[in-house]
Amino acid sequence: MTWAETILSCFRDAGVRLVSYVPDKVLIPLIDGVQQDDAFLPVPATREEEAIGIVGGAYMGGVRGAVMMQTSGFGNSINALASLAVPYQFPVLMVISERGVLGEFNPVQTLIARTLRPTLDALGVYHVTLAREDEVEFLAMRTMLQCYRTQAPAALILSPMLTGGKEDVG
Amino acid sequence: MTTSSSGAFETDAGRRMSRLELTRRLVARLDAGEAIVAGIGNTNFDLAAAARDRPENFYMMGSMGLATSIALGVALAQPERRVFALEGDGSLLMNLGALSTVAASAPENLTIVVWDNESYQITGNQPTATARATDLVATARGAGIEASAWAANEEDFERLVERARHGAGPFLIAARIDDAAGAGRPERDPVLLKDRFMRGIGARG
Repeated sequence: MTWAETILSCFRDAGVRLVSYVPDKVLIPLIDGVQQDDAFLPVPATREEEAIGIVGGAYMGGVRGAVMMQTSGFGNSINALASLAVPYQFPVLMVISERGVLGEFNPVQTLIARTLRPTLDALGVYHVTLAREDEVEFLAMRTMLQCYRTQAPAALILSPMLTGGKEDVG
Repeated sequence: MTTSSSGAFETDAGRRMSRLELTRRLVARLDAGEAIVAGIGNTNFDLAAAARDRPENFYMMGSMGLATSIALGVALAQPERRVFALEGDGSLLMNLGALSTVAASAPENLTIVVWDNESYQITGNQPTATARATDLVATARGAGIEASAWAANEEDFERLVERARHGAGPFLIAARIDDAAGAGRPERDPVLLKDRFMRGIGARG
């Protein structure tokens, strides 16, 4: 299986149903996967903080969810994590495609990448970076299980080492 | 009260209603365990004054602007249950994208109620954009929530609530309200608030 097929399989095994996202090119195989499989309820959002709220609401309604975003979208999510998901103990599973590293072409995308892990650490949010295909199933599955079992947000960061990263279109 | 030159603000001229009174009327109409997701500040203070321990109430303590998004998640998770989001004008303005997300998801069981007093009341009554420029009902219609309406008076508000309880939404109900301070307080305990709500809507316990 590809890394994306593995993550989708982990979603299914972990009982994830609602997936809210703002698209990113790297996330295309995951987006296509949740759009095409009736096991999932995809909810595109206009802004990443919305996706955090939507998944929090769904969880309270009894449906497990995940959000997908690019690193820059994390910057749009911080208050939703700090004042909603973390204090209310919502198990929001975040899949974050990492850019701003390893060959980034856009100078304004490099800084947010440097805030990602320190900010997650400051928020006390567990995060795991996926860099190797042969580690994806174990790390993704265990991160999802921990998220739902401990009622705490968690992040899976998809490194360009795994995904190949984003190519310049210009 | 300001009226735009196009006459877009469809309420009785000059009428401002009481948020507490309208919240009470809303709660009195609910008899099927309808969920209420109340936004920060005076919005949830008045829900607490009206029905603090109602099990199907969720009180949002931070994350300004996200009451609609949270309510959407609840509505999608439980399509058989009617869900009401309560937002102030300042909160809704912070997350106008949510109107589009709601319209695109098209949940029939979701209603957004907007308490519009044209101000950021709790921070000192600074005016919001609705004071002189923005019609939130027109905004919602433009975003794709066709069934969006101003409540002309208290009876009209109750009529719109009845439509929201039984019809095919999504709906948006907007009311021009005064600047009376919110009268109650929920417990400032997020985990307690979450647990009570989840038990109230059958997701736990």
